[in-house]
Order: sequence, then C-alpha cells, then structure tokens
Amino acid sequence: PLALSPQVLLSKNYEKALEEIDENLIYWPRFIRHKCKQRFTKITQYLIRIRKLTLKRQRKLVPLRRKIERRENRREEKALIAAQLDNAIEKELLERLKQDTYGDIYNFPIHAFDKALQQQDAESESESDAEREEDDDDEDVDKREFVEAEDSELSDFEDMDKLETSSEEEQEEEEEVDDKASHSKSKGKTPLKGPARRKRPYIEIEYEEETEPSTKTKAA
Amino acid sequence: AGDGGGPVPGDGTDPPAPERALFPPTFSLSEIKNKQRRHFMFLRWKQQQRKEKLALKKKRRKEREALGDKAPPKAIPKTIENQRVYDETTVDPNDEEVAFDEATDEFAPYFNRQTVPKILITTSDRPRGRTVRFCEQLATVIPNSHVYYRRGLALKRIIPQCIARDFTDLIVINEDRKIPNGLVLSHLPDGPTAHFRMSSVRLRKEIKRKGKDPTEHVPEVILNNFTTRLGHSIGRMFAALFPHDPQFIGRQVATFHNQRDYIFFRFHRYIFKSEKKVGIQELGPRFTLKLRSLQKGTFDSKFGEYEWIHKRREMDTSRRKFHL
Repeated sequence: PLALSPQVLLSKNYEKALEEIDENLIYWPRFIRHKCKQRFTKITQYLIRIRKLTLKRQRKLVPLRRKIERRENRREEKALIAAQLDNAIEKELLERLKQDTYGDIYNFPIHAFDKALQQQDAESESESDAEREEDDDDEDVDKREFVEAEDSELSDFEDMDKLETSSEEEQEEEEEVDDKASHSKSKGKTPLKGPARRKRPYIEIEYEEETEPSTKTKAA
Repeated sequence: AGDGGGPVPGDGTDPPAPERALFPPTFSLSEIKNKQRRHFMFLRWKQQQRKEKLALKKKRRKEREALGDKAPPKAIPKTIENQRVYDETTVDPNDEEVAFDEATDEFAPYFNRQTVPKILITTSDRPRGRTVRFCEQLATVIPNSHVYYRRGLALKRIIPQCIARDFTDLIVINEDRKIPNGLVLSHLPDGPTAHFRMSSVRLRKEIKRKGKDPTEHVPEVILNNFTTRLGHSIGRMFAALFPHDPQFIGRQVATFHNQRDYIFFRFHRYIFKSEKKVGIQELGPRFTLKLRSLQKGTFDSKFGEYEWIHKRREMDTSRRKFHL
C-alpha cells in the first residue's frame, strides 16, 4: 500500500519536520508517531555523516585479479633465480675493489702491483723470484712480512688482510676499526658463508680480542 | 588394446627395453586406457629418450675433442635476457643527451652534493604489526631517516610541511591486511613520484643466517641492470636516498638489482677475504618492487602528470619485453 498512502514532503528544517510528522499523523497512536520520528532522526544523521565522510579522504579498494597475481608471483620467482643476486653483488664489489674505489683500506693491491711489475720488467731472476714468492700468498709468511713492510705506506693497523696464520702478523695487523663488526665475525655465532669459515684458523679469534684495545686507541 | 608382445606389467619398477615389441604404426602412448599400463609404458619411453640424449651428448663431446681447436664454439643457451626485445630507450653510456638531461633534472642538486638526503618514512592509516616493524627496520637501513605514523593526515597536507622542514624524500608504505604491499617514493622538492608494488617482504628475523643489526655507518649502494631511460631515472631516485659518501669502514652495501622489471632490494655486510674473493652476509630486510607508475610532480593522484603507467594490456603482451 505504499502507492496508496499519501506522500508528504517534509521540510528541510529538522524541528519543523518533526512537527509536520506530528500534524500528519495526528490520530495515530503515540508509539507509532514516536517511532516514525526516530526513524527520521536516524536518516538525517546518517546523511550528515555521509556528507562529512565524502569530504575526507576515501580508501580506494582495488580488486585483486587472481590470474594476474599468480602470474606476477611466478615471474618474480623466476626473475629471482635468474638474477643470482649473491654472485652479482660479489662481482660488483670485486670490480669496485679493482677500480680502487676503496682506496688504501685493503691490503690486496699488492697482487695487482706485483703482477704489473712482472709484466713490465723482465729482469733479474731474483726480482722475479721475490715476486713469485709474494704471489704465493699464504705459504711463505716471513718473506711476505718483509715485502709488506716495504710496500705498505700506511701503518699496519689499517690493513685488513685476514689470511695470515702467523701470530706476529695478526698482532701487527688490525682486523677492523669497527668493533661491532669484528665481534660479530670473530665470535663465529653468526657465521659467514660456509667456505669462509673453514679457511679461518682457530688462533685468530683469541689474538684479535687481545689486540683490540690497543688498536682501538691507535685508530681513534 | 594397443600393445602386443611387451613384458607383463607389474614386473618390477624398472621397465626393461622392448625386444620384440610390435606396435601398430599409428600407436601413441596416450591411447592405452589402463593407467598402470600407460604409466609403465611412459616410463619405458622416457628411459629410452634419456639414453638417446646421453648418447648424443657423448657423440658431440667426442667430435669436439677430435676437432680440437677447429671445433665450433659452444652454443650459448637462449635466456630471456638474451632474447630481450630491444628497447629504444636503452641508455648508451656515452650518450650526451642523457648526460645533459641528468645534469639538469630534479636530482642534480643531490648529485652535485648540494643537498643531504633526509627521509620521512610513513605508512597508510592504522598500520599493523608487520608494517610497523618493517618501517623501523627500513629506518635503520637508510641513514638519516625518520619514521612518523600517520593518523588520518592527508598526504597533500603533509608534503608542504615536509618541504618546510627540509626533507628530501618521502616514503609511504601501503598496507593491506597487515602486510606491506605498496611503496610510494617521492622526491620532495617537487620531484618525481614512483609508485611500486611491494612483494615478498622479509623482516630481519625471518632471514636465515643473517648477521647482527646494521650499524650507523653509511652503506654503499649498488644499482644493477637499470638500462633504459626509465630505469635510469628510477635508479637515480634510489641513489638519492642514500648520502653521497659511503663509509667503507662499515662494510655495508645496499643493493637494488633489477631483473626483468622486478627490483630486488638486499642489504649485506661484505668482507674481502682475498683479492679475488668476497664474502657477503645478509642483514636487514629484503623486499622486491615492481614499478607501477611514475609521476612527474609530487604525489597527486588526481591532477598529476604521469610519465609512465603500467598498462597491463599493452605492456604485458610479450614475455621478452621489459621496461626498466
């Protein structure tokens, strides 16, 4: 009977509209009139809220497309495998080392220097012998020491080389100015990649801890 | 129905080679109705194929050794990167026009060392667990960054305030159901805004074999594989987040590696074990980004001028075409 009942347009004014409801439903029971007014109040309030909210920022809901999501996830996995991130990062770091962006922090330039020497002068055997011995890095410790003292301009405390096994060299060379980082490596709780760990001798750990206080002061 | 003269099924797991198998000429394995039998025949066929392949390989290797130096060079396998459709906007390292553009674009003050990056990290409304922790970790990774939580503030109003307080970059991490899934990176003094889709976010505790927390040293930045003009500008945007002078003492490196339009972010600590070997240890969060759109001005969704939008129908048609 919605079409049968008369429709009355209420005024825009809230109080006047309430009065109009009372006038039009004059002979209806009080409860019904009350409920009607309540309904009207509810409607006006939510209309006010809608108007307020549309002025604020609204969250835009974007539907996920299952097929596309699946495709993108799969492609991402494949791209990750193709990227070979670790290798790429290592290559880049080695490139930067070669191009001398790290300056004199690391001790390695000896190799490049010696190889250059070897290529350039084809001279006396003793010299080439010495160079060949220098190239054999881990083996001849004493001769290496000798050469390092000649070549390195900086003090030994700033050298970063870790492959030496002799105690003397470890006491001379400082591993790291940054204490935290050295702690994390020396303690071995958070291991580096597997092969790295194997190459390091045990003794190294103890010596590093001893020498740290002295090197701290020198570095600062 | 189809086969005759083959061995009895269920003979054991290893199907023997057929000796007197007589098959009708138009027979295919898939016509056998019995699943067990079909599977059996298929395994036998597979074994045969493998044997043939192995024999072929051996023959080829023998030929190659026999020829010695005159052997033709090994064939390079085709990969998607090899077959990539050539993009006209690929940057040539010696291109002058690009160099000139880059000298005058919005990142010029950064690359001329006139500005120091200062970054504001924020999220969408009401961030939940993972997003909050991710923001904190990101703040430790990027030096000179601050995290502020948004409580119903409009981005359009935040931006002028940020500019007033001398921030150079704004990062907004969008969240959906408690996980971060979007990133808006906007260079503040009127710079480009990039909107990314973020996926596979791993917090620090979820990374296996990780090291200790990153220290306060300025990390180095590695940007890999950003070849096209678009890629170049995005790469510069990332580079502008980090201060110019990395502290090599810290031995930390942040990597943005682009592969097939996916940008992988990793944060490592490296150590040089010898001249030819370096060890890296992952610390810090990791995530992958996919570029969705690049806008010229600062963040403005209605009136902004888009330099690039990812249009699925036009751009995703070829498997070998990439835009970054």
